[in-house]
Amino acid sequence: MNDMFKMVLVLAVLCSASGGILAGVRSLTMDRIEYQQLKFEKEPVIRSIFADADNDPMTDRFKLTDGDTQRTIFPGKVGDQNIVALEALGKGGFSGDVGLLVAFDIDSDTIVGSGVTTHSETPGFGSKAKEDPSFVAQFEGRDVSSAASVKNDGGDIDAISGATITSRAVCVGLNEASAIYQRLKPELKKSMDNLASKGGSN
Amino acid sequence: MAKSLTQEFVKGLWEELPPFRLVLGLCPVLAVTTTAKNGIGMGIATTFVLLCSNMLISLLRNIIPQKIRIACFITIIATFVTVVEFLMKAYTYPLYLTLGIFIPLIVVNCIVLGRAEAFACKNGVAHSLADGLGIGLGFTLSLGVLGSFREVLGAGTFFGHSVFGAAFQPFTFMVEAPGAFIGLGILLCLMNIVSSK
Repeated sequence: MNDMFKMVLVLAVLCSASGGILAGVRSLTMDRIEYQQLKFEKEPVIRSIFADADNDPMTDRFKLTDGDTQRTIFPGKVGDQNIVALEALGKGGFSGDVGLLVAFDIDSDTIVGSGVTTHSETPGFGSKAKEDPSFVAQFEGRDVSSAASVKNDGGDIDAISGATITSRAVCVGLNEASAIYQRLKPELKKSMDNLASKGGSN
Repeated sequence: MAKSLTQEFVKGLWEELPPFRLVLGLCPVLAVTTTAKNGIGMGIATTFVLLCSNMLISLLRNIIPQKIRIACFITIIATFVTVVEFLMKAYTYPLYLTLGIFIPLIVVNCIVLGRAEAFACKNGVAHSLADGLGIGLGFTLSLGVLGSFREVLGAGTFFGHSVFGAAFQPFTFMVEAPGAFIGLGILLCLMNIVSSK
């Protein structure tokens, strides 16, 4: 009995200490990890979507509260277009979720660009969703109210050959991003107006 | 009977060189050594885990009950692996992206658990540290050598710098899965030739 008690005690203490250490390290590295993800995953996509923006969407980024999560919004002004980009997760990829950044024109409610940020899809097949720009180019000009799906499911998106599941996950991500955009639209509009007036006074 | 600290350290570099002598921990050895940089990055991460877990297990060796020692070892190892994962994400993000799933898999690397079970739980802290450092460095060097070998032949580069110039046609298969087995086989063979003389 005494032996039993010792085993339980040692394991319990060890596991609590482990949990405590991990929580500490996580909170210490959290900001830095978020910055790294911004720099290495989102920045290249942002740069390609906003290739000719008049402002810097990376430095102008802000956060909005959406239900109980915080969404990072990247605002951009291209000529007289007001564009906002936000990230959504496409659930159900071949191996995990596919992160997708989608940019919307706030005046016409259409999608102006998108790009895959994070994924762990099969190299050479699913990974083409990120590497081959012609796949996400299909979403350009799409109205936010029309849900996207691949042709196999009766939609109008050509799936990447050999990677229907990945293509499906990207569509899920796109629809998710559209839903977030529509939910946040009033606040987005307000923020963009602020940005425009701030830019004017400088 | 008791070996000196130096002996414990040196044995990991040749006599008990993990992948080539003990032929242990082959999963990361084969999978991540597509370039010298990946191999060494993986080696350093494993060395860090090995050092920390050897030290802590050796310190706690009289407290941990014999019957649940493996559960305790795994808890300790998994904690350090997760710490390494956080640190890599925070400071070497591109390397973390290429090593990916193999970082959490250090938990089940049989070298780490093997040293805990065979060495750290029976020896003092100083000897355990020397053992962990030796085995870890040996592992890092092995991965670095195999990674360089595959990178030079398979991509014509060394740490990303071109070695042979543009005229060289790389043996692409060396950076793919079969190349890992062939590279490992050739290095094992070379080591056996050297040590049999």
